[in-house]
Amino acid sequence: MSVQNDTPKKLPVPPGMSRRHFLMALAGTAAFWTADEFADWRQAIAAEAAQTYTPRYFTPDEWRFLEAATEQLFPQDETGPGAKALGVVGFIDRQMDTPYGRGGLWFMSGPFREGPANLGYQLPYAPREIYRLGIAGADRYCRDHHGNAFADLDHPTQIEVLTAFEKLPIMFGETLTAGIFFEQLRTNTMEGAFSDPIHGGNRHLGGWVMLGFPGARADFMDWVDQYGPAYPLGSVSISGETA
Amino acid sequence: MTTKNADAIVVGAGWAGSILAKELTEAGLKVVMLERGPDRATAVEGAYPDSIDELRGAIRHRLFQDLSRTTVTIRNKIGQTALPYRQLSAFLPGEGVGGAGLHWSGVHFRAAPDDLALRSSVIARYGQKFIPEGMNLQDYGVTYDELEPFFDKAEKVFGTSGEAYKVNGKVVGNGNVFAPSRSDDFPLPPLKDVYTANLFRKAAGEAGYHPYSLPAANASRQYTNPYGAQMGPCNFCGYCSGYDCYMYSKASPNVNILPVLRKDPNFTLITRAHVMRVDLDSTKTRATGVTYLDLDSNREVTITADLVVLGAFQFHNVHLMLLSGVGKPYDAQKNEGVVGRNFVYQTITTSRAWLPENTFTNQFIGTGGGGVAIDDFNSMNFDHGPHGFVGGSPVWVNQAGVKPIAASTIGGGKDAPRWGAGYKKALVDTYRHAMAIDAHGSNMAYRDVFLDLDPTWKNAYGQPLLRMTFDWQDNDIRMNRYVVSQIEPIMKALGATKYELGMLEPGKPFDTRIYQTTHLGGGAVMGDDPNTSAINRYLQSWDVPNVFVIGSNAFPQGMGYNPTGMVAALAYWSAHHIRTTYLKSPGPLVRV
Ligand SMILES: Cc1cc2nc3c(=O)[nH]c(=O)nc-3n(C[C@H](O)[C@H](O)[C@H](O)COP(=O)(O)OP(=O)(O)OC[C@H]3O[C@@H](n4cnc5c(N)ncnc54)[C@H](O)[C@@H]3O)c2cc1C
Ligand code: SF4
Repeated sequence: MSVQNDTPKKLPVPPGMSRRHFLMALAGTAAFWTADEFADWRQAIAAEAAQTYTPRYFTPDEWRFLEAATEQLFPQDETGPGAKALGVVGFIDRQMDTPYGRGGLWFMSGPFREGPANLGYQLPYAPREIYRLGIAGADRYCRDHHGNAFADLDHPTQIEVLTAFEKLPIMFGETLTAGIFFEQLRTNTMEGAFSDPIHGGNRHLGGWVMLGFPGARADFMDWVDQYGPAYPLGSVSISGETA
Repeated sequence: MTTKNADAIVVGAGWAGSILAKELTEAGLKVVMLERGPDRATAVEGAYPDSIDELRGAIRHRLFQDLSRTTVTIRNKIGQTALPYRQLSAFLPGEGVGGAGLHWSGVHFRAAPDDLALRSSVIARYGQKFIPEGMNLQDYGVTYDELEPFFDKAEKVFGTSGEAYKVNGKVVGNGNVFAPSRSDDFPLPPLKDVYTANLFRKAAGEAGYHPYSLPAANASRQYTNPYGAQMGPCNFCGYCSGYDCYMYSKASPNVNILPVLRKDPNFTLITRAHVMRVDLDSTKTRATGVTYLDLDSNREVTITADLVVLGAFQFHNVHLMLLSGVGKPYDAQKNEGVVGRNFVYQTITTSRAWLPENTFTNQFIGTGGGGVAIDDFNSMNFDHGPHGFVGGSPVWVNQAGVKPIAASTIGGGKDAPRWGAGYKKALVDTYRHAMAIDAHGSNMAYRDVFLDLDPTWKNAYGQPLLRMTFDWQDNDIRMNRYVVSQIEPIMKALGATKYELGMLEPGKPFDTRIYQTTHLGGGAVMGDDPNTSAINRYLQSWDVPNVFVIGSNAFPQGMGYNPTGMVAALAYWSAHHIRTTYLKSPGPLVRV
C-alpha cells in the first residue's frame, strides 16, 4: 500500500454521490486499497473537515446550544482539544440521520410506562426527539432561571445549569427528565470525541492522540510483551489518516 | 403455509446449534438449521479495517440482537411491573449466523467438578442447613469425568490456548492447581501475557495465590482443527469482545465449524427465519417440527421433522418452550413446574489499580480470552464455613483491549468528575496507567428469581415477551464482597499508587443499564428429577422426548467460570448420546 502518489489515478464516482462518500463506501474493500489515490482522498477529507459543516437535523438555535453544552462537557484544556475542535456537534447531527438517531436500534413498542431508573429507558422518544424536546426544555429552563438561552450564559452559569440537569429532578415537559437528556448528550459527546473520524467527530484524531490510542493499527504482535513503555506508534484512522 | 421435511431441525446458528448440526449430519441425518438473523462471513463484514470500528461494533451493536423486533421485560421482584429492556446494555445477546459465538471474547473454561455437583459438595462439607432458605441449589446430574472427553473435543475444535496443570493424573506444567486432571494437553500453548496480566501474575504469586493463564479460544499459533478449519495466530488487536475477528484467530462457529458444514449436502441453513414455536401433536408429548416466520416474505413456514434441537441461546430456548408448551411452566407462588425455574446470571465487579506515571499499561493491547487468573476463591477451593455463603469467583486480569469510547464511560474512577474540568485528565491518566481486575463470580438460583411470559408486552410478531424476575441476593452479594476483599493483597503487591475495589452493594437492585456479562443461565435446567429440572442429563425434554434443549439454560446455578466451554461440552455430550442411543431407539433416554 503506498500512501504517497504523485499522480493519483481517480476512480469514476457514481452519479449522485460525493467523492468522499464514494471512497468511504469503498473503505475496507480491496477496491479501496488498490484505488491508488490515497493521498488525494486524504486531502479531500481534510478539505471537507476544514469547510463549515451544514447541519442536516439541528436548527441554528439547537446547534448553538449543542456547541456550548458539549464544550462544557468536554472542554478544551491543557489535556487536549475540546468538543468544538473535535467536531462533536457535527458528529451528533450526522448520528440523528442514522437508524440509531431514529430509534431503530431500540425496542420502541408501547405501552410506555414509568418505572424505577434501574429498569432503564422507558420513553417513546428516539434520540432525535430527545434532543428536540431536551434542547427546548433546557433553553426554557435557562430563560426562566437565568434570563437567557444556555449559549448566552456565562461559563460558570452554564456549568451550574448542566450540573442541575445531571443531578436534580427537573422535568422538560411531561415525561422527559433533564437527567435523561443530559445522559444522552454526555454519551453522544464522548462518542463524538472518540469514535473513528469516519463518523464526523474526533477531528484530526485529536481525541485518540490525547488518550494515547493508536486507532486502527489493530496489530500488536510485536508489542504484547514489551512491558512498561508507552506504545510508540501514532494514531491512524480507518480511512488511513494519521496523526 | 408451506411444509418441508427434514430429519432434524436445529434452531439457532450459534455454538450450540452448530455443534449439534455438525454431529447430526455426521450421523447421516438431513439437518435444517434455522437462524433469525442474517448470514455472516468474516471475509465480508469481518474484514479489516471496517470491522474494527468501535462506534458501529461495540457501541451501536452491529452483531447483536435487533431489539426493535423482540426483547424481554425485566423486574426485580414479584409484584413489580416488569418493563421492556429497550436498549442493549446489561447483557448482549447475539443474532445472525454464529450467534454470540461470533462476537464473544474467547475465555474457554471447563467446569469445576465440584460445581457440577454443588448441592452434594456443599452438603457433604457443611451439611444441609448451610443452604440458605429459598435457594434452589442443585446438581447437574452429570460428572466431570463423564464430560471430560467432550471438554477435550470442544477445546480441539475451538483451538484453545492454555497451560495444563495435570494430564492423566500427572502434573505437567504451571497451569491452574485447582483444575481437575485432563486426558490431554491444550491443543495450543498459552498466549503471551500482556503487561498488566504479567504484573498480576507476579503480584498474585507474591500474595500467596496461584496464578495461571486463562484458557483462551484465541489461537496462540496457526492451527487446523479436527474438521480441517484453519485459524491464524492472534495479534492482540483488542477487537474480540463485540466484534468478528478479522485474523480468523478467535474461535467462532463461522470459522471453526460452519465452513465444513456448509459443504455438506445433508445440511441446509435458512437465515432470516424466526422460529415462532415448536409444533406438538395432539398428545403434547411429541414434536412434529417447528413453524418459523420468513422475515423476507413475512409468511409462516412449517417444517416437519423427527427431532427438534433448540440452540437459540439460554433465554430464547426458555421462551420457545413456554410459547410452545414444551414442559410445565414454573409457578413461583406454588413453587411448581420447571420451565423458567432457576433463572441465574453471574456476579461481576471490576477493581482498578493505578500505576506510576512512567508505567504505561497500553490497555488497548489484548485479546478477549487471554489473561491471568487465580482460582483460590472459586468454587469449593476455599473454606466457606466461616463465611456462610455458597459459591465463589475467579479473579483475573483479562485485558481484552480497551477502546476509547468504552474508556470514556469508565472515566477516571469512582471519585473523578464525569465531565467538564478535570474529567479529561483523570480519563487520560486512567487510560494510560491503570489496570482492571475482575471478580467474575457465581450466582445461585432462588425460588423467586425466574422466567415467565409477560402479560403486557409483545414482540413484532405478536408473541408475548419473556419476563425476567431477577435481583441480586444476599448470599451472592456477600460472596462477591468477600472475594473482592481478597484482592487487596494483590493491589499492595502491585505497588499501585491508588486502587479501588469494586463490589456489589447491599440494597442496590440489579441495574439493567450497566453491562454485566451475557452469561445468563438456567430457566430450563438439567437434572435427575423431573420435578426440579426441565431436561434430563442428556438435555432431552422430560415431557417431549424428541426435543433437546442445548445451552446455558441447562445450568442449575450460575458458575464462577464463563459458560461457553461448558455449553460446548454439553452439546457434544448430548449429541453423543443422541447418536449412540437415541437414534437407534427414539424415546426417553432416562426413565423416571
Ligand atoms: C460480548 C460478549 C463476550 C462474551 N465472552 C465470553 C467468553 O469470553 N467466554 C465465554 O465462555 N462466553 C462468553 N460469552 C458468552 C457466549 O457468547 C455464549 O455463551 C455463547 O455464544 C452461547 O452460545 P449459544 O449457541 O447457546 O447461543 P448464541 O451464540 O446466542 O446463538 C443462538 C442463536 O440463535 C438465534 N435465535 C434465537 N432465537 C431464535 C428464534 N426464535 N428463531 C431462530 N433463531 C433464533 C440467535 O439469533 C443466535 O444466532 C460472551 C458473550 C458476549 C455477548
Ligand atoms: S485479539 Fe486476537 S483473537 Fe481477538 S480479534 Fe484480535 S486477532 Fe482476533
